[in-house]
Amino acid sequence: MIETLGIWIAALLTLCILSFLYKDNPFYKFAEHLFVGVSAAYWAVYYYFNILYPNLIQPLFGHGQLLLIIPLVLGIMMIMRLFAKVGWVSRWPLAFIVGSYSGYNLITYLQSNAVDQVRATLVPFIQIESWKNLFTNPGVMTFLDAIAIPVVVVGVISGVIYFFFSKEHKGVFGGVARIGVWFLMIAFGASFGYTVMARISLLIGRVYFLLHDWLGLIQ
Amino acid sequence: MKKEIPLLITFIAGMVMILQFFIPHRPFSDLQQLFNTWFLIITVFAMILGLGNLFKVHTKRLQRRPKGWWYSIVLLAGFAIMFTVGMVWGPARGTPFDYLFWNVHIPMSSMMFALLAFFVASASYRAFRARTPEATLLLVSAILVMIGRVPLGNYIWNKLPLIGDWIMSYPNMAGQRAIMIGIALGIVSTSLRIILGIERTYLSGK
Repeated sequence: MIETLGIWIAALLTLCILSFLYKDNPFYKFAEHLFVGVSAAYWAVYYYFNILYPNLIQPLFGHGQLLLIIPLVLGIMMIMRLFAKVGWVSRWPLAFIVGSYSGYNLITYLQSNAVDQVRATLVPFIQIESWKNLFTNPGVMTFLDAIAIPVVVVGVISGVIYFFFSKEHKGVFGGVARIGVWFLMIAFGASFGYTVMARISLLIGRVYFLLHDWLGLIQ
Repeated sequence: MKKEIPLLITFIAGMVMILQFFIPHRPFSDLQQLFNTWFLIITVFAMILGLGNLFKVHTKRLQRRPKGWWYSIVLLAGFAIMFTVGMVWGPARGTPFDYLFWNVHIPMSSMMFALLAFFVASASYRAFRARTPEATLLLVSAILVMIGRVPLGNYIWNKLPLIGDWIMSYPNMAGQRAIMIGIALGIVSTSLRIILGIERTYLSGK
């Protein structure tokens, strides 16, 4: 009974949101506002049980770790932003968040997004096995396999050159930057196609829920 | 005072995070762990600040009663029910909170994202025009990736799914990698500017 009720609630809310395809209407607005409220509460409960309770409430009030009074005070100072007169005190916790996040990101991004990516690109330009395979078994896929690494190396170098704006994109530099633009366009197109397919996959999931779980029209 | 102390806090917090990477020993390793915990706690309070702002906006709407004011009741009631249920019974599997999560939150969030499929399709129909070589590359790569991921692609030519995968694995990766390197360099320079107090816009530009 309770499961059936859940399916009906889920189905009706799904239809409410789907109704936006016709036009903005009260059913959609109802679901939209409900979604915002429920999401906010979900994350509030999630953060309380997974972060605030194990990291602050239990160690401070249960085990007496008095050093945690500092983040508690900083947290309360953060909430002061809601009040115009004392709003400036929220700069202290904000400064802590911005500072530690900057320091953390400086290292992690430099490591994972720059150094590791450059290292992954520094591979032998010609893969002998792939080229041997191309000449013994010519075909579209063996050709694509043979040119894969040169494509990556040329794509990364030309793409990075495109992002170098301290020099005017003219002559040979401009030509390489233009090749970089082509690679970026291919990357944007591929990402776009991938995103569309992910969204359609979600849509298929919802339609399947309506036709299978709710209406029982398909097995 | 209102400016100097936040700048000092930013500098100390940022430098501790950087130093612990190069000197992974005491006291920096301990400080990093401590700062990580503090960071998590303060971000929860930042979320509470967001909730406070949400309540402020919607309670004002209830007082002023503009058009569609009753939707604010829906929002606040949705929050109150989900929050109360979560705090009373906890978020474990099989609780009423879990029931509401799967039957209210998940259907709406999935459908919200799925709805974008229609808008992306209509937007791309209007915007996708092979006017320049660059636009053609974008169009062709998107079509190959999309068609390679549905049974129709395999039905047209059995190499299409492989070509779609190849585009994702090599030219797409090359472009993404260039973007990632660019982002990393940008983040490094911006982070340094923030830690050294050159970039101060997060302090309301003062």
